[in-house]
Order: sequence, then C-alpha cells, then structure tokens
Amino acid sequence: MLVLLAGVALIAAGCGDDDDDGGSTGTATSGGATQAEEPSDVSGTVSMVGIWTGDEQESFQAVLDGFKERYPDVTVNYNPAGDNTPTVLSTAVEGGNPPDLATIAQPGLIRQFAEQGALQPLTFAKEEIEANFPQDIVDLGTIDGELYSFVFKAANKSTVWFNVKAFEDAGVEAPQTWDELTSAADTIKASGLPAYSIAGADGWTLTDLFENIYLRQAGPEKYDQLTNHEIKWTDQSVKDALTTMADVIGDSDNMVGGTSGALETDFPTSVTNVLSESPKGAMVIEGDFVPGVVTTDLEPGTDYDVFAFPSIDGSGPTVVGGGDSVVMFKDSPAAQALVEYLASPEAAEIWASRGGFSSANTQLSPDAYSDDLTRTTATAIAEAETFRFDMSDLAPAAFGGTPGQGEWKILQDFLADPTKVDQTAQKLERSAARAYRDQE
Amino acid sequence: MALADASSVPAPPPGLDGPDPGRWRRRLTTAAFLAPAVVMLGVWVVYPTIRTIVRSLFGRDGSEWVGLGNYETLFTTDTLVTAIQNNAIWVAVVPALVAAIGMVFAVLTERISWKVGFRTAVFMPMAISMFAAGVIWHIMDEKDPERGAVNAAIGAIKDVFGSSGVLSRAQPSSDAITGSISEGFVLQATVRPGDGALLGLTAIPPAEVPEGAEQAATPQAAGGEIVGTVWRDFKPGGGEPGVVEAEELGIPGATVQLRDTSGDTVATTKTDADGSFAFTDVADGEYQVAVAPETFAAPFEGVSWLGPDLITPAVMIAYIWVWAGFAMVVIAAGLSAIPRDVLEAARTDGATEWQVFRRVTVPLLAPVLSVVFVTMIINVLKVFDIILSVAPGSSQDDANVIALAMWRTSFSGVNDFGLGSAIAVLLFVLVIPALALNIRRFKREES
Repeated sequence: MLVLLAGVALIAAGCGDDDDDGGSTGTATSGGATQAEEPSDVSGTVSMVGIWTGDEQESFQAVLDGFKERYPDVTVNYNPAGDNTPTVLSTAVEGGNPPDLATIAQPGLIRQFAEQGALQPLTFAKEEIEANFPQDIVDLGTIDGELYSFVFKAANKSTVWFNVKAFEDAGVEAPQTWDELTSAADTIKASGLPAYSIAGADGWTLTDLFENIYLRQAGPEKYDQLTNHEIKWTDQSVKDALTTMADVIGDSDNMVGGTSGALETDFPTSVTNVLSESPKGAMVIEGDFVPGVVTTDLEPGTDYDVFAFPSIDGSGPTVVGGGDSVVMFKDSPAAQALVEYLASPEAAEIWASRGGFSSANTQLSPDAYSDDLTRTTATAIAEAETFRFDMSDLAPAAFGGTPGQGEWKILQDFLADPTKVDQTAQKLERSAARAYRDQE
Repeated sequence: MALADASSVPAPPPGLDGPDPGRWRRRLTTAAFLAPAVVMLGVWVVYPTIRTIVRSLFGRDGSEWVGLGNYETLFTTDTLVTAIQNNAIWVAVVPALVAAIGMVFAVLTERISWKVGFRTAVFMPMAISMFAAGVIWHIMDEKDPERGAVNAAIGAIKDVFGSSGVLSRAQPSSDAITGSISEGFVLQATVRPGDGALLGLTAIPPAEVPEGAEQAATPQAAGGEIVGTVWRDFKPGGGEPGVVEAEELGIPGATVQLRDTSGDTVATTKTDADGSFAFTDVADGEYQVAVAPETFAAPFEGVSWLGPDLITPAVMIAYIWVWAGFAMVVIAAGLSAIPRDVLEAARTDGATEWQVFRRVTVPLLAPVLSVVFVTMIINVLKVFDIILSVAPGSSQDDANVIALAMWRTSFSGVNDFGLGSAIAVLLFVLVIPALALNIRRFKREES
C-alpha cells in the first residue's frame, strides 16, 4: 500500500522532472533506516527555505553536504529566512510559488498551510519517521490523519541556566523543586545579585515560562485542552499558573534592571547578563539553545551550568519542547530523497557532533553529542515522563506567535504588572477566542 | 502585452473618417511611446491597487466574502485604533518639527563660514537607511546607562550634582528594619542609653562592600552610650538574618542617625571598619537608630526611552534626526534664491532682524516650506521601518502606526491578508489628499 502511494506521488510529481524509475523511491520508502545502500540515481534541484542562519546555517550545510555525498546529482538550494520564515513562506504560498521544502518552527503555521492544501503529505516516508521518532512527534506532524511534518531539530525548553560563581557566592545549590527555586532566588537576592534575568522584550520567553509552570501545575491533560482551546484561559488553572509565575517576575528587585529594565531586555542580552565574568543576574530560564546565542569566555560545566526546570507540586520529569519541522510544499523524487535523509539518524548525527543541536530521533546515540551539557539537555527529551510541544507554537500564530500581539504582548503586560492575574487571564481568553475562531 | 494595451486606445471605424494613413501612424507612434509607461503603471500600480481593494473585502484566506467586515475590525481593534491615533500624532507633530528645525539650521548657518561642514553633518543621516538609523537609536536609547548613550549622558550630568555614598543599594535583612534608600533604614525597636542596635543590610553585591571592611563586631555599650553595628547581613547560604555571624563584614563609612521619638535627628556618626558605631553622652530617653540616606548613592537607573510611555517621542526624535537634514538643504536652497535687495530694503526701512525673518523671509519661503511639509506628511503617513527597528517587541503596540499595523497583520505570523489589505487601503485613502495637494501645486507651477 505504502509503495503504491509513493508510486502515485511520484507519478504526480514526475511530470516536470527528470525521468526516474519508480523503483528506487519505492525501495527508499520501505528501506527505512537502511538508507546507506540506496542507489543514488535521483537527480534534480531542491529549493528549501529555513529558519537557520549563521552558525546554524553552517551546521545545516554540513548536513546537506552529507546528503550531497549520497545523492551527487541533486542540488539543494538552501535559503535562510531566519525569523521571517513565516512571512517569506506565507507570501510565497499566497503568490503560488513556494519552495520545495521548508522548515517551520510553528506547528500552527504548518496546520494553516496544510488546511489551505499548500502542503504535500509525507506518506512516502511515514514508515521511516514512525520508526525513528517518538509517537508524540508523529502525532504532532499528523493533521487529519495525514503526516505532514516531523521535527528535525528539537529544543528542550525546560532548562534553567545559571552562573556557577553567582550560586557559590550566594551559597545555594541547583534547586529541584519550585519552593527550593524561590528560596534560592531570595538568598541570591540577599547576596546582592538579582536572581533572574528576564528577556521581557521578547514575549516568547514569557510564554515558555508560563507553559513550563502550567504543564507541571495543571498536568498534561489540561495542557492539551488549553492548547486546543477546549478550556478557557479564564480557567482557574491558568490563574494559578499566573500566580506561580509571579513568584519569578513579581519581585522587581530580583530581576536584572527591575521590571522596566526586564521589559526592554532582549533574549541575547538576558543570556549575556548571566553568562559573563561579572554577571548582572544569576539565572536565565530558557531552553537548551541558551549558550548558543552569545559568545562567552566562560567554561560550560564549570563557570556556567544548567538544571532542569524545577518540579511543581511533585510533578515528574517533564519537558516542554519546541522544534523546527520539515515540511514539503512541492513533491519531487529529489525532495522526497532529502526528506528521507533528514529523517535518518545519520543526518542528525552530523549536526549533533557539531553542537547546538538536539534531535528527537530515538535512533540517535547519546554519544553523538559533542559536549556533556548538550547530552544532558538533549537526552532529557527522551527521558521525560511527559513531553509536550510548546503551547504557544501550537496555537494560531495570531495568538501564540506574533511579536507585540496575543499571548506575547499580554504576558509582557503581565510582567509590567504581575498583580493583574484575573485581568491577564481575561485578556488571554479574549485574544485566544478570536484567534481560534479566525483559524476555523 | 504592450501591443494589446496600445490597441485598446479607441479608434473610430475607418469608414467614417475616410482613409488617413498619416493619422494612424501618428496614433501608433503615440501609443508606442506611451506603452512602456502604461504597462509599468498597470503592472506595478493599477493592478496591485485594485487587487488590494478587492482582497480587503475577503476574509483571512481569500475565499470568503466579508464585505466591509475587515474595515469594521480595523476601527474596533485596540491596537489598530492606537495605530491610527499614533499616525495622527505623527502627522501633527513631525512635519512641523522637521520643517521648523530645518529652517532654523538653514537660516542660522546661512552666514557662517563653516556652513558647508555643518550642513554636511546635519545632512549625513539621510545617507543612512531608515532601518540602520533605527537600530542606532535603539541602542542609544537603551535603559541601562552602561549600554545606552543617551542615558549615559544624562547619568554623567546627574553624577556631577549627585551625592556620594559608600553603597549604591541595599535592603533591610529582616522585618525589624523598615524604610528605603531615600528615607533611610530605621530599626523599629526603640533603644535607650546603654543599649545596642543591630542594623543588618542585605542585597549588597560583594564587590560593593567598601574597601577595608572587617569582620563585623558588636561593641558593648558603656553608660550613656548607644552602640551598634551596620553590616552586610549575608554569608553564602544566607545566614541567619539579624545576627552578626562569622564571614559577615561590617560596612565602614556608613552614616548612622540617632532619632528621637518624633523622628528628628539628634546626632549622627559614622561606622568603623568593623561596622560598629557609638553615640556617646546620650541623654536618657527613647530613641530610634537609622542608617541615613547619605550612606547611599543610588546609581542612575536610566530613563525608559523604549518603554510604553516614551517610545513614540523616542522614535520621532530618531526620525527627525534623519529628516532634518533634508528639510535644511531644501530650505537653504530656497533661502539663497530670495532676492537680497528685498531683505536690504526691509532693513533700510528699519525692520528688525526678527521682523525681516517673520515678514519677508518666511512669506518668500512659503512655496519651499510647503514642499517640505507635503513631502513630510506623505513620508510620515508611511512611516514604518524606523518604528520596527527602534521599538522593542514589548512596546511595539504602543508605538504602532498604520503601515506597521499593515505589515504585522499581513505577515509576521498573523497572516490575515484580508485585514492587512483593508489597512493598506485606509493608508492609501489617507495619502490621497496630500498627493492631490502636491499635484495641484505642480500644475500651478507649470501654468
């Protein structure tokens, strides 16, 4: 059946492309993880738009070089669009000329494109993806029964990075529970250093903080319901999570720059505040990508370190994750080959060895990671009892993914005045109701 | 394509006018000359305009007809209304300021010898892209005086007049002490001669403990004395608040006040290296002890230029910085065209310099000023990139303008091309009067 589907897809795509015997793609489909023996007679050009720029682009280029070795006749044109990827892709789709493949960080946008009929299902690679990735990831990429995407580059957003010397000066240990975190924060404050460095100018750091608290406090079922807007944002669980969040952002004296300073701090600055010789704050609560955004002379593990986002009310190992997913706009044998390659552990291994990368690929050995901190944060994804995708990335972009609007903006307003729990919940519900309605 | 357009020029049937090959050739020539412009305008102006207007009547993904629904949303959504209001403020303030500042520069530099250098410097920002100018001002306006040049300058001025204390900040270590840096920290319990007072402070960075500080000590009070200690009540792990422990340093040089029950200060003293202090020969009675505000020199924390309250003025300043040079150059050109004898005549008739400026120069400059004004109104209506680059995400809503709202609605995640098109149409409608004014002026000048 699968082979048949792949064949149909191939015929559909074969029109404008070089001739290719359907057999090779068929073998690739059923081949799964045994890609290495695959004949490499696929040829063509694949255009790809992605969010990886700078160092990430170089690393991805190394991954593509690995593809080139396997498929010498396929040329991949990778265009980095950075944060503008949604803009670039929306414009391209609206204009009827999307790239063959793209990476998108917002599953909400993927759903939007899928429902518009702009995306091609990844049916040809379904077996391989199901074999290589956890069920959560497969479910995430499945829309109305069809698999449209898989997470190539995953992110663990349940981590807290700290300056080791700041913790030593204050005489505190990495906390395990929320109560330990708040008491450690008070002690750090008494030592003369603000405990938290909050990137309030970037709303998404606040949504990540909220989601980490909510998933632990309200549990995964409520989390899923809230993600799908089956319960309202005025639910008591949301207000409770906001109240807990105020433990962190409620004390202006315990944030770098105070409340107004935090609102103007962008994410890289919030990291520099902590990962420097003379830190301005002790901790920055963000994902595994924190060390990658700044250059620092500090040594990982000895000068700065990481601990898992603390457990709340006895919650087990829990990870809120994110990830950049691969989607296909235009079907062709070359594009299919690249999708299959990116789903393989070999592709993940190339980037993992270069650093700054976590894979959700279960076939990837932990030894592939180049350093201990990455191994810690990356394997936590696999070891988590509960793994949920970043809620704001799953929400309609108008609510969960737009600077200065929706959840980003409302949580920034909450940071400005963390006493307004009820008002914030109401504003969130109003904005969410509208965005979810528009999406339908 | 070009020929198709050209042939659409209505031509009378040949039978009526009779054959006239020369006339046909002339028409063809006219059409051939017009065609490129017509095609360009058609493809890049007329078609997109019509398409945008049509698109604005459809919903988010373009399939559902919503009529004027998008326009209703436009005028009922808070952030979009803010955008329209902000645009009104921009139009009211910025063109006038740009023209005024440009005129001041032009007039003042007219007769100085180094005017070329000065004018070049003022004009220079025009050579920078708006986005880059925005980035520059974003960095200059940062709140942290260590980063933002504007706040660093203000801080430097404040420091000249500021006080000097041994600490920049601190907090009481326990509830037994209340107050703030500006009022001093008061030990709530009253003391009598012969008593000791413990004034523990925390939240003092280790690097800020004054040099020469020694292990904090608690002195013993002799008769008629009130003694005590001001110290950094913190050791790794926190320690016990309110208790002088090993590893905790005294704070030398802190000013301590002895206040009577009505709150008036009756004596002041300074602490020693171990943080101890003593008031001698104190008359019997009840007193309170406080760490005086003079102990602290609160650092300048910076003005929040990029915060919600000041963001629009901050962006306007950046914008004026860019455009003042343009206004100056245009007005200076106009100035040099004013006939000297008119000015001389006015002066001979006894007009003061101000009267010459007000009654002669300005009226003669009026056409030039109106050019600057109309150009700036159109530019200001379209203002976009500088706001995107100056305002951080947290205050973009407060700095929003129509063009930015259009972009943020159409792209940048929301992807509502229907509403975005409606905003674009609104912007188009608002620009029309300014354009009409410009066209009328051109026509007048031609005739």
